Amino acid sequence: MTELTKLTIAAARDALKKGDVTSAELTQACLTAIDGADALNAFVHKTPEVAVAQAKSADDRGYADAPGLQGIPLGIKDLFCTKGVASQAASRILEGFRPEYESTVTSQLFDRGAVMLGKLNMDEFAMGSSNETSVYGDAVNPWRVDENLTPGGSSGGSAAAVAADLCLGATGTDTGGSIRQPAAFTGITGVKPTYGRVSRWGIVAFASSLDQAGPMTKDVRDAAIMLEAMCGHDPKDSTSADLPVPDFEAMLTGDIKGKTIGIPAEYRMDGMPDAIERLWSEGAEMLKDAGAKIVDISLPHTKYALPAYYVIAPAEASSNLARYDGVRFGHRAKLEQGDGITEMYEKTRAEGFGHEVQRRVMVGTYVLSAGFYDAYYNRARKVRALIKQDFDAVFEGGVDAILTPATPSAAFPLGAMADTDPIQMYLNDVFTVTVNLAGLPGVAVPTGQDAQGLPLGLQLIGRPWEEGDLLNVAYSLERAAGFVGKPAKWW
Amino acid sequence: MSIDTETARKVAKLARIRVEDDALPALAQEFNAILGFIEQLNEVNVEGVEPMTSVTPQRLKRRDDVVTDGHQQYKVLANAPDAREGFFAVPKVVE
Repeated sequence: MTELTKLTIAAARDALKKGDVTSAELTQACLTAIDGADALNAFVHKTPEVAVAQAKSADDRGYADAPGLQGIPLGIKDLFCTKGVASQAASRILEGFRPEYESTVTSQLFDRGAVMLGKLNMDEFAMGSSNETSVYGDAVNPWRVDENLTPGGSSGGSAAAVAADLCLGATGTDTGGSIRQPAAFTGITGVKPTYGRVSRWGIVAFASSLDQAGPMTKDVRDAAIMLEAMCGHDPKDSTSADLPVPDFEAMLTGDIKGKTIGIPAEYRMDGMPDAIERLWSEGAEMLKDAGAKIVDISLPHTKYALPAYYVIAPAEASSNLARYDGVRFGHRAKLEQGDGITEMYEKTRAEGFGHEVQRRVMVGTYVLSAGFYDAYYNRARKVRALIKQDFDAVFEGGVDAILTPATPSAAFPLGAMADTDPIQMYLNDVFTVTVNLAGLPGVAVPTGQDAQGLPLGLQLIGRPWEEGDLLNVAYSLERAAGFVGKPAKWW
Repeated sequence: MSIDTETARKVAKLARIRVEDDALPALAQEFNAILGFIEQLNEVNVEGVEPMTSVTPQRLKRRDDVVTDGHQQYKVLANAPDAREGFFAVPKVVE
């Protein structure tokens, strides 16, 4: 039975269709795996009753003309509001919050027959790159060398759950790399779609101009299947694009002959580990062997992406997180005699927000405050425009996709960054954050392992709205790399 | 630009986050590290560049100006830490 949890979404879909397995069996296998994996701290709110009911309903409906996700057990990041089920963005300030509504993404997944196993660990409000800022405690990477490693963040629980075969796929969200970095750290595939592809409605907001949800899966085909189910226009998100959603899976031909792949000079960082350097050039070689043309390109403002991000994201966060005031939902601090409403706000937010969230809210408050708005916030938005122009120029020059490393290192030990200044942690997103600033689609694909056996991933960046072509290049890379590594079970 | 303890106190106040006095110097130091990192943006020539307002060129969709929602008082209040008689309740605001 435990083997069932190792299935890909595509394989499970085919087995369900043929009647070789039922969703009830698949779901039970996942629930058993989840109960045996508490050491990973990936699932933080288990929902077996919901899962069993959804699985039964899927089986009852039958699979003759079923949508692709019918009966498929998934994990949902805690950032998604799920009706009647705890949804607290891994924050104390949303303790006890049970939404009266369902996010658009989870609604769409459920409409297509998906089964929810539970809610997944993450960094608090998606602010972090190691899943160490969570109120639930650290999520742990199923890949291990002597000590516990981070699964990355912010979608650390999603990454750990998929890599450890606790679920067939999971939702993630990505504001600066929060899908792609954990995917790379755990040897799975993660997609951040074009800004506007996936509705943000019902997803707890961090930085609204950067946030996008996407799939985290065992391979590229599964990512295509799940992405299609998540995409689509939603009148409830004013930035959601009214564009047709193609059949992404049908676009996976593996044929990339004649495609032009750009290698950006600026992504070659000082002090980059040899293993990453090698992985990158091998990846380019594989795409070349598959018939693509490899060209050197320049994205001159790359260096300024992280500093621009650390103005824009905290600024938007300070505004978005103003809603946590102890009035409408979640935690309210105990007040003392004579405390007024200001004390209530201040105490509630001091108790409810963790350290990193407080820091970012205050940095955001500062860069938006009178006298600094132009110097910081407006300047960062101008630099953001330049970063997007860099990409526009490259795509206009005929480049179809851009190949870069996904992360500057393999997964690092939990606690390793505890005493460094916050900038060191922020550097994890150096290769991914440009994609959010430019609103582009990006995918992380596992393509190798380092000397310690830890997985490493490459990132492909595509033209806006062309996730289908991008996934096809990723599919070709995946087939050439032949990454089949799995963590040895220790949990 | 360097942030002193007094500025850190002001920012915490603006953000409505209580920070105890003895935590302010460390907070100011963290702000300075982050702002030092952000200062790199001053190297970029941004003359004539418009600040980005929307990452994908799009016109917001319009719809008829009609009521599409409502009658959910119970749901709206369901998660409130303190709701009474159909309202959110907060400490006294006006003396």
